[in-house]
Amino acid sequence: MGKSTMLRERVASVAVRTVNRVSRLTGRGSGTVIGGRVGIKIAPDLVSALARGRTVILVSGTNGKTTTTSMIVAGWGGDVTTNETGANMPAGHVAALVESQNTRVALEVDEAWLSDTLRTTRPHVVVLLNLSRDQLDRANEVRHLAERWRTALETYDDAALIVVANANDPLVVYAAETRANTLWCDVPTTWIADALSCPKCTLAISHVGNSWHCSCGFAKPVTVTSVLGDELVIDGVTLNLELSMPGEFNRSNATLALTALHSDGVDVEDAVRRVNAIHSVVGRFSVRRWNGHVLRLLLAKNPSGFAAMLATLPEDGADVWVAINARVADGHDPSWLYDVPFELLRGHRVYCFGDRRLDLATRLDYGGVDYVVVDDDATVPPSKGTISLLANYTAFHDWLARSQP
Amino acid sequence: MTTICTVYPELLGTYGDGGNGLAVLERARRRGIDAELVSVGLRDVIPDASLYLLGGGEDGPQRLAVDLLRTSSFGSRVRDGANVLAVCAGLQILGLTFCVEGNDEYEGLGLVDVVTSRGERRSVGELATRVDGRLLVGFENHGGRTTLHGGVDALGTVVKGRGNDAKLDGYRTKNIWATYAHGPVLAMNPWFCDEILAAVTGSELEPLSSAADLLYEERCRVLSS
Ligand SMILES: [Zn+2]
Repeated sequence: MGKSTMLRERVASVAVRTVNRVSRLTGRGSGTVIGGRVGIKIAPDLVSALARGRTVILVSGTNGKTTTTSMIVAGWGGDVTTNETGANMPAGHVAALVESQNTRVALEVDEAWLSDTLRTTRPHVVVLLNLSRDQLDRANEVRHLAERWRTALETYDDAALIVVANANDPLVVYAAETRANTLWCDVPTTWIADALSCPKCTLAISHVGNSWHCSCGFAKPVTVTSVLGDELVIDGVTLNLELSMPGEFNRSNATLALTALHSDGVDVEDAVRRVNAIHSVVGRFSVRRWNGHVLRLLLAKNPSGFAAMLATLPEDGADVWVAINARVADGHDPSWLYDVPFELLRGHRVYCFGDRRLDLATRLDYGGVDYVVVDDDATVPPSKGTISLLANYTAFHDWLARSQP
Repeated sequence: MTTICTVYPELLGTYGDGGNGLAVLERARRRGIDAELVSVGLRDVIPDASLYLLGGGEDGPQRLAVDLLRTSSFGSRVRDGANVLAVCAGLQILGLTFCVEGNDEYEGLGLVDVVTSRGERRSVGELATRVDGRLLVGFENHGGRTTLHGGVDALGTVVKGRGNDAKLDGYRTKNIWATYAHGPVLAMNPWFCDEILAAVTGSELEPLSSAADLLYEERCRVLSS
């Protein structure tokens, strides 16, 4: 690296910090992405320069990126640099890498940026969670995304890279199967609607019990890690997984996170205790107060996320609140509501909030679910006990902002 | 019994297309019409049905769907008058040819005299079409440009969005309704759902109010402003 390049990167790093501080002080934003953008403009190779010499673990996939990354941070213990605000594209990575100088780094990566981020951060481990339909109006079709992951991993030149991947998601297996150094994990994966047709030959994949295969020979790989209930086995070591956060999907996330840490030499006995103790991640699963109601905030952004979250609700017939927006960060097209198994909410009364509450109400009406459209917050009747509030991305942040701890 | 059949939801069901079968079924049942909803999987034979629903799909699945349909009884059933609602990829499949994976031309079922080529850019966004004085509202997301030949009528004229070619959307034959408004188009447009249901059952329908009425009003207001 030439002297002028180094100088440029140092100037860029100072610029990132300054812009972010100004952004925070002026209240214009949390100050992560703006500074990062400025930095990359000054020094296009800034991510590479900032990641050099550090131990990086990347996490990507449609659902669970933020939670899994938090689990890696907690499980690792001590100081870890991370993009915990969920700014998961290069500008967010720059901001995180500039703000703290720890040698250990855990970053969540937007699915579409995986290839680029592999090349710039040269990670020790990359964790691949799952791929399913999400924001089709702005993201790529999911099979196309799997194809891009596959190309990125196939052509990546560092043979030492460890890939930790979900063996029960055929699209993830398709993406990672060409890497020799892959640790396949047998984790609960209930959403298979996007992998019913084989990514290799388009014929129907047979899903039988906990396994799957296609007549072309493409099949579930041999796994090194498995989880059954609270029993987690990594590479022959049995651990007690007793998460404080609900849901089968969080068990999957934790299993992949701990497998990644194990592959990097972390003592998983200690790590699992720290992961078990996590109660909420950036507001997700947190219990909040609003207008006399007690709310448990659940983030669900797409059909598989919703399906997973609905499965965690108690079958007690209690009221459920759902908030749906269709702003830029959510995707403008709420058609996906028809891919969510809302029929699971029959027997509950569902209060519909958000910009697209009428789309939600229509979906629930056709699904035979009792619903109430909330046009005016003041009309919400008092509720008993803790209400589960499921919200998609911007709606979740609206509720996090309007509610109190 | 009125049988509504969703065709290959594993292949043609990317954008909430399941909403269409659900909407027709519910609007039939609420009027006391004896109706059932079935779906055809990849290994199943096409059953007898009064209405077939074809949804949207990605390139590979779209190719497989058309290959499976080609060797099935689907074509002869449609020629014999079975009703079809075809959306997005489904719309393209029924035509003479369409494009997949770049500009590779692929042979359709040839049931309707329309040709789909690759558009200059993807059409992604809200779609509103005027059909016989009424608005059909929805969302489109496709890379096709569809040309109607031999006097095939369009379903409607585009008010917002692109549809076939920024002027016309879809097509309409005696027994086929086709539109680029994907996913739950029947759920969002109760009048359109009822028009198809009336044609399928051959009877006049009682008026029916539902949550969809308010949604439809709201979308019309947003899309025509
Ligand atoms: Zn196959």
